[in-house]
Amino acid sequence: MSIGVRESIRDAFGDALVELGRKDPRVVVLDADLAESTRSAKFAKQFPARFIECGIAEQNMVGVAAGLASVGFVPFVTTFCVFASKRVYDQVSISVAYPRLNVKVCGAYTGLFTGKTGATHQAIEDLALMRAVPNMTVIEPIDAREAALAVRYAARTPGPVYLRIARDAYPVISDPAAEQACDAERDGGANGLPRFMKARTLADGDDVAIIAMGTMVHAALAARDALREKGVVPRVVAVSCLKPIDEAGIVEAAAETGAVVTVENHSIIGGLGGACAEVLGEQCPVPLKRVGIRDVFGESGSDADLARKYGLTADHIAQACLEVLATKAGRGGVGGSARIERAGACRREL
Amino acid sequence: MEQCTYLSVTQLPDVARRVRHHILSMIHASGAGHPGGSLSCVEILVTLYFREMRVSPTDPRWPDRDRFVLSKGHASATLYSVLAERGFFPVDELLTFDVIDSRLQGHVDMTKTPGVDMSTGSLGQGLSAACGMALGAKLGKQEFRVYCLLGDGESQEGQIWEAAMFAGNRALDNLTAIVDYNKVQLCGPVAQVMPLEPYTDKWRSFGWSVVEVDGHDFEQLISGFRRARETRGAPTVLVAHTVKGKGVSFMEGQAKWHSRPIADDEFERALEEIGLPQARRAFGADLLTDGAGGGKR
Repeated sequence: MSIGVRESIRDAFGDALVELGRKDPRVVVLDADLAESTRSAKFAKQFPARFIECGIAEQNMVGVAAGLASVGFVPFVTTFCVFASKRVYDQVSISVAYPRLNVKVCGAYTGLFTGKTGATHQAIEDLALMRAVPNMTVIEPIDAREAALAVRYAARTPGPVYLRIARDAYPVISDPAAEQACDAERDGGANGLPRFMKARTLADGDDVAIIAMGTMVHAALAARDALREKGVVPRVVAVSCLKPIDEAGIVEAAAETGAVVTVENHSIIGGLGGACAEVLGEQCPVPLKRVGIRDVFGESGSDADLARKYGLTADHIAQACLEVLATKAGRGGVGGSARIERAGACRREL
Repeated sequence: MEQCTYLSVTQLPDVARRVRHHILSMIHASGAGHPGGSLSCVEILVTLYFREMRVSPTDPRWPDRDRFVLSKGHASATLYSVLAERGFFPVDELLTFDVIDSRLQGHVDMTKTPGVDMSTGSLGQGLSAACGMALGAKLGKQEFRVYCLLGDGESQEGQIWEAAMFAGNRALDNLTAIVDYNKVQLCGPVAQVMPLEPYTDKWRSFGWSVVEVDGHDFEQLISGFRRARETRGAPTVLVAHTVKGKGVSFMEGQAKWHSRPIADDEFERALEEIGLPQARRAFGADLLTDGAGGGKR
């Protein structure tokens, strides 16, 4: 994978499963009649005995995976995000997360971008749901390279993981060094998590921090380019691991820029925006705006049209940055001096 | 670590009496619990743990052990009592049931209690996990068998039938489900709340071998489990006809005893009815015999 080339995230996911299957005979994959779409069909073709077609019965699929995990297998459950979260919420919670079983729940087709399916197949609540489950790790890779990393990380990390996999191709922008680093940091390294699981700066800037998740980092980078022409330089921070969230990294970005815009292909309730608001509200209150789906169901349409109508374009992100800047400490916003003191305090604590 | 030790059939009723004594004591002491559905499955669990399953109380996580999933997780008092009698943890610990910091949760938790193979409590989920374990045994070419106890009311959950279809399709002949068919659920008779009949036909049509037994008759349970073990190419379900609240006349067949505390005077009357066990202690190794019994393969 070379930098900047568009690569399909779900194909990278499927290929990573195959690579994993070669290395580890304990890896099994379960799907519910969506293997072609999720790309778990790649694994099925290579390892038919370890691919378990469950039919359109996701609740049972999650329970079967729990049973397999309890006797030593490493099951990857693959289906659409909407089914991997909402349809099986109680099963994931009680049969997987409560007993901390080693099941990897993989949702494909993220947020509104699900291929002209309409609201029934658009996953706008899955991050909020999965984040609320104790013992759960929640990951959404930003590109194809990171999707492969995430699969490897999930496989070697005991316990439940929710992996959110985008349908389409995006430019590969993640750090190639992170790949080796991730493998070197086998047990999470001294700081607890491998590099790609931390909040990390993709592009420098001090005026405002755009904290973006998953494939929305690409729109965030485009927004930064647009804003630079207006003399505003945002920092773009990627968060691929929503839980456990890198609190220190988020506080650092907020303290150093004094204003935050969160960006996610998900409802503004309970996902990345919610998580950042919680962290910053407690540790480093700064002006915050959430870009995401504003508590409405989606509809059918092309990804570009959906992004325009539901507020997920680079323009929307840039606009949010300008709005949050207007209230930022030292820029004439209400309570400016108090905010300067608070941001200073966050910085001192870092 | 294998312990293929089994009791003779004549020794089982006394174990069952002691288990009923424990169940009533636990629920009485805790002031909460599920007496009806705990008392109806006593003989089933005693048969499993003292005649049928290969388990190792000194090594609860022995990889080749047979697995048991209590899908009707609210019958926790029965499983804890049987595990304690079998030697997985001290009988004295039973009275910590439901108390804060106890290893004995209201619904069973595999991360806390030695001998519990799956966490359950939200009805309908256990059979799927049992399917996964049985499939895992086949994939890993392991010999262990998997047992799963369902409630009759529980089989109103759709997931049970997803799992039934899966097990039939996968021909999981190392899986045995047992239905504690006590005919009564929380709000009343199953036949009124949501009838299941023709119940055995449902299981057969999903590809299962069906054995009907009296769920309080040890001989019938033992022979039912033997038939399940000998069946090839299909999972087996023992539809065990039972009485809710079995052994305590004023609880038998009563929906109101599904879930409620036991008052002091009710506790005394109940103990009198089940009769005092001959030996009020856990079974020691001296009473366990190297089984020519059911569990050999």
